[in-house]
Amino acid sequence: MTEEPLPAWSLPTDAVERIALPEAWPGEVTREWAWGGATGAGVRVCILDSGVEPDHPRVGEVQESVAISLDGDEVMVDKKDTAGDLCGHGTACAGVVRSLAPECELASVRVLGAGFTGSGAVLLEGLRWAVEQGYDVINMSLSTTKQKFATLLHELADTAYFRRTMLVASAHNMPVESYPWRFSSVISVGSHEQEDPFAYYYNPSPPVEFFARGVDVEVAWMGGGRLVCTGNSFATPHIAGIVALMLSKHRELTPFQLKSLLYLTATNVGGGT
Amino acid sequence: MSEELRSAVAAGVLGTEKDYGELLQSIVEVARAIFRAKASSIFLLDEATDELVFEAVAGEGSESLVGRRFPSSTGIAGFVLVSRQPLVIEDVLEDPRFSRETAESTGFVPKGLMAVPLLHEERALGVLEVLDRPSDAHFSLAEMELLGLFANEAAIALDLLQRARRAQGALEGEGDLSVLARIAQKLEERRAEDEDLDAAEFLAALEKVL
Repeated sequence: MTEEPLPAWSLPTDAVERIALPEAWPGEVTREWAWGGATGAGVRVCILDSGVEPDHPRVGEVQESVAISLDGDEVMVDKKDTAGDLCGHGTACAGVVRSLAPECELASVRVLGAGFTGSGAVLLEGLRWAVEQGYDVINMSLSTTKQKFATLLHELADTAYFRRTMLVASAHNMPVESYPWRFSSVISVGSHEQEDPFAYYYNPSPPVEFFARGVDVEVAWMGGGRLVCTGNSFATPHIAGIVALMLSKHRELTPFQLKSLLYLTATNVGGGT
Repeated sequence: MSEELRSAVAAGVLGTEKDYGELLQSIVEVARAIFRAKASSIFLLDEATDELVFEAVAGEGSESLVGRRFPSSTGIAGFVLVSRQPLVIEDVLEDPRFSRETAESTGFVPKGLMAVPLLHEERALGVLEVLDRPSDAHFSLAEMELLGLFANEAAIALDLLQRARRAQGALEGEGDLSVLARIAQKLEERRAEDEDLDAAEFLAALEKVL
């Protein structure tokens, strides 16, 4: 991550050049401009989940495997997690990202497996750790309903947003309050029923902002296997993968610009061109 | 009023564990019928032991599974509980390791399963699973919504079951709270027996004390 000083809180006329964009946007933004020829190379994508199985044929190399747990109030970070994937879900998400952005770097931050009790706190600490590492994209196909974590998660999501870490989170398809997908500093993702992995729709009625492929998705699973799965969990890494492509072609994009680019290239906006 | 006190007072008037158990059973039976599935189960999270427990099972495995426990954060049900995300999986047989683990938590090896968290207010209470729909049944988002509706119903029933158990605990325990619980229970019984004159007098006396 390149830590750039934030612009001042005001902008004198003679300082306009200081905030010049590294690259001008074209008059008409197309998918070709957004990610044409991109592979995800150089982009670090974090899978915050149940772990990722190493060397799965559909996932390939996982550069980093970390496990977060709690010992009382103390946060434990195992930077050489060898447990792999405890249920298959993280591997599935990693495989979807890999299928769209074949040359991105993948990191696994495991926040599941230590029991249900304390799982909300582990999720929070896992996200905190991932944001501190400055990953370019964090895929979060999970959420918590615990109100007491909402404020802290909100702060973390905003921190990620200002540090140029794009948090992509699964929306809930049940009428419950859960987090962090409801925050406007993240990209929230629901499912559509089409087969095209590059079909995604902008939703003008938030809180769910985008719909991506999430029904009958063939995904990587434990034991080098594959499964056909349905859920917003699998729509989310589709958007994470597309964001990785955008970032590998346009390194300087901020989360605000990434959201704008996703909107402009959405299938129901300008994505047909 | 504390949760314990409320439970104690409620002990005498709440439905019994058996009532709510029957409600849960009816939910899994209907879920199984609607989805034309081979089996359906509801798991309750036991927070004290951090385990998932089979509370109701319809269809295959129903005889032997109720009461069986497994760790709360492994496997599909565990993931669904902890992540709060519903999940539908087809072709489970593709992965022998997964099949074996699933079999341990379902009593047989399903070809496919749908699992949804049971959420009530901000608590995750358990998981509803529907196993092996007909192989020609293509999954759609409409079914996911239907599953969500069942999950809401099951979550309410699970919440009631837990309240009934807490209330029963207060009733059977020792100390002031159990006395209060037994008083509430007796009053309720007398009301049921149309002897509410004494009960009304007793309540009036209590009101006076307060």
